[in-house]
Amino acid sequence: MQTRLTEDELVVQDAFGTFFANESPSAVVREAEQSGGFSPNLWAGLVAMGGPGMALPGSLGGGDATLCDLAVVADTYGANLAPVPLIEHAVAARLLATIGGHDELVGALANGTPVATMALRAPVDGVTRFVPAGAVADVVLAHTDDGIVLSRSTPPSEALPNTGGLPLAHRSLDGDIVSTDHATWDRAVDEWRALTAAAYVGLGRRVIAMGVEYSRERIQFGVPIGTFQALQQGYADASTRVEGAHLLAHRAAWALEAERADASRLAGMALLFAAEAARFAADRSMQYHGGYGFSEEYDVQLYHRRATAWILQLGDPSVEYARLADAEFGPRADGEAA
Amino acid sequence: MDFSFSSEAEAFRDEVRAFLAANLTEEMIEATHDGTMHIPALHQAMADRGWLAGPVPAELGGGGRSALESVILNEEMQLARAPIDAMAVTVIVAAILLEHGNDHLKRNVVPRLLDGSSLSCFGYSEPEFGSDVASAKTKAERDGDEWLINGAKMWTTMAHIADSVLLLTRTDPDVAKHKGLTFFLVPLDTPGIEIQPVPTMATERSNATFYDNVRLDDEWRVGDVNGGWAVMKTALKYERGIAGGQFPSPPVIDAAADWAHNHARPDGTKPIDDPTVREKLMRALIDVEVCRGFAYHCADLANEGVMFGVEGSMTKLFASETYKRHCRDFHDMMGAEGLLTHESPDAHLGGRIEENLRHSPVTAIYGGTSEINRNVVAEGHLGMPRAR
Ligand SMILES: Cc1cc2nc3c(=O)[nH]c(=O)nc-3n(C[C@H](O)[C@H](O)[C@H](O)COP(=O)(O)OP(=O)(O)OC[C@H]3O[C@@H](n4cnc5c(N)ncnc54)[C@H](O)[C@@H]3O)c2cc1C
Repeated sequence: MQTRLTEDELVVQDAFGTFFANESPSAVVREAEQSGGFSPNLWAGLVAMGGPGMALPGSLGGGDATLCDLAVVADTYGANLAPVPLIEHAVAARLLATIGGHDELVGALANGTPVATMALRAPVDGVTRFVPAGAVADVVLAHTDDGIVLSRSTPPSEALPNTGGLPLAHRSLDGDIVSTDHATWDRAVDEWRALTAAAYVGLGRRVIAMGVEYSRERIQFGVPIGTFQALQQGYADASTRVEGAHLLAHRAAWALEAERADASRLAGMALLFAAEAARFAADRSMQYHGGYGFSEEYDVQLYHRRATAWILQLGDPSVEYARLADAEFGPRADGEAA
Repeated sequence: MDFSFSSEAEAFRDEVRAFLAANLTEEMIEATHDGTMHIPALHQAMADRGWLAGPVPAELGGGGRSALESVILNEEMQLARAPIDAMAVTVIVAAILLEHGNDHLKRNVVPRLLDGSSLSCFGYSEPEFGSDVASAKTKAERDGDEWLINGAKMWTTMAHIADSVLLLTRTDPDVAKHKGLTFFLVPLDTPGIEIQPVPTMATERSNATFYDNVRLDDEWRVGDVNGGWAVMKTALKYERGIAGGQFPSPPVIDAAADWAHNHARPDGTKPIDDPTVREKLMRALIDVEVCRGFAYHCADLANEGVMFGVEGSMTKLFASETYKRHCRDFHDMMGAEGLLTHESPDAHLGGRIEENLRHSPVTAIYGGTSEINRNVVAEGHLGMPRAR
């Protein structure tokens, strides 16, 4: 049992934390919002860091890092709202590596070109809607009743305008079934859940830290607003939930890495809990920024919108709860499985 | 990170489960409805296995079990609905005496606390001071070689069955409040002590205790004169992080799932087929996993010798606030049937959810209120200014 980051994980955290802090300041996030939610420069920098391929097998050009390491990176990525599809790309590439037979493509993905993603919704009539990073990925993996489809096509030039400024797009699928192992797909989505949970923790911690910082500077009634207990109690609650989410997200990543029986359950739980914790943190921070937090100028709004958006790429959280409940308690009597 | 248990820890969990299955009966739990949350036979059986001494460091003469195993013991007991109150308090007092006590206390008192033959309790809170416990005014004065104690304590839970109380007293009224406190371990059969019951809205009772010219030898002093706050920190560390109730919810969730599966509502539907009920159950199960994360984290920090004040506060805050919500949600789910108390033969599972509903508010009050724990997090974790 080691519930703190290991020495190695601290090195990873330091390297990527510094990278994103320097290369993904809010100016970069804001600029990317104007151009479809993607920063090619930042992606190039991340490729130079070995980020996209770090958790791929060394034999395929990857860095042999674990999912636990990737979760640490996801946290630093979330803290800086990095406008690059790190999680989708890494998970899609890992999925393709697991499926096997695509060594050349996986090797290219390890180097960040092309960009890959996974469609979180099943396609209807050959179109899968709201694909995360769909506006920038050439390679789209999707899941149908027949199996996993690998589609390669040029992404649309524009993202769907959306709450989180994310590179979302609808994509037509044009490709072959590369695997009929449905469990492999489920596992990949669970990796997305666990990593997105970790990213939410980074977001939540940062949005609280921003608010606490602001509370030192903003003076009302002659004192810094941080001296008001109302703010302190709210931030303490938010921070408690975010730290709880941190432990759960990393436990889920560890469980997936160790292929434990409860891994899928923990991954689903971690995403739901972390999303809610981060949303609560963003809500408190916006509230305690007062009117300025609502203005475009302040960064808290960037965090608030992404806290709302990330999980919705997967769908209504209630459906996620229902899915977990089906696994926990069996399907409902009317047979309507989630 | 690594959330796996060592094979010893896994084996210990199995052992605890087997022990509870063999030694904890429904009759024993039933007997706690007299308001005393303690099962003497279970306590003794645990002592006989060395489990009370377990959490105490080996170099101090204890079992030297890892903090993680202490959490496992706690977790399994709470899952099995075994009351942990008296046991936890007694073990914490023993640990405090070993850390801060003199030879007399270590040689004559601690062994009896750990072999099951003696119980202790906490005497911190007073009628006028709870959260602001450092303002306690129960007075201890030197009188020759002895101490003379006068004052009153409120909420001295378990005092009516305990042999001693860990008493927080004021020894210097003229210095800053934290600097004039001293602890004593007071045998409760010392002349001048009176214990009166304090009934509560839940099943459990507590006590008010009164100290009228109670005379004590200096050998009963715990820690330095005016060094009481250091002792208090040790006490709170154990109480909030490791020995406290981090797992109050699972028996409630079990009962709720049982009800949801096996009872029809007046309209003939079963709660378990209602998506809102399923979501509430899932949310509760998620909260339990978060509590696990916190509890194991505190244990991990303790094993590393790290002080975990903030983490203990987060654990206690989260576990108690979510437990309150779970009780509310599942009591609601049962509708009018949920109102039946333990006394009613028709109450579901002996009125378990109803009883927890009435108990749950106190978990966010005792051992440091939620507001106080949020203060600790705001100051200690977020570096916000002191607001009290
Ligand atoms: C059933 C039961 C058993 C107990 N057992 C024991 C025991 O065995 N031994 C023992 O010593 N004590 C025990 N206690 C006492 C318990 O620790 C206190 O009740 C608790 O610390 C709160 O103190 P109080 O009741 O005096 O409330 P107060 O301190 O008067 O608080 C009232 C309200 O004000 C809030 N408040 C107070 N200060 C602040 C602040 N600085 N910032 C924000 N809000 C604040 C509190 O959070 C609370 O909501 C027990 C209590 C109960 C109810």
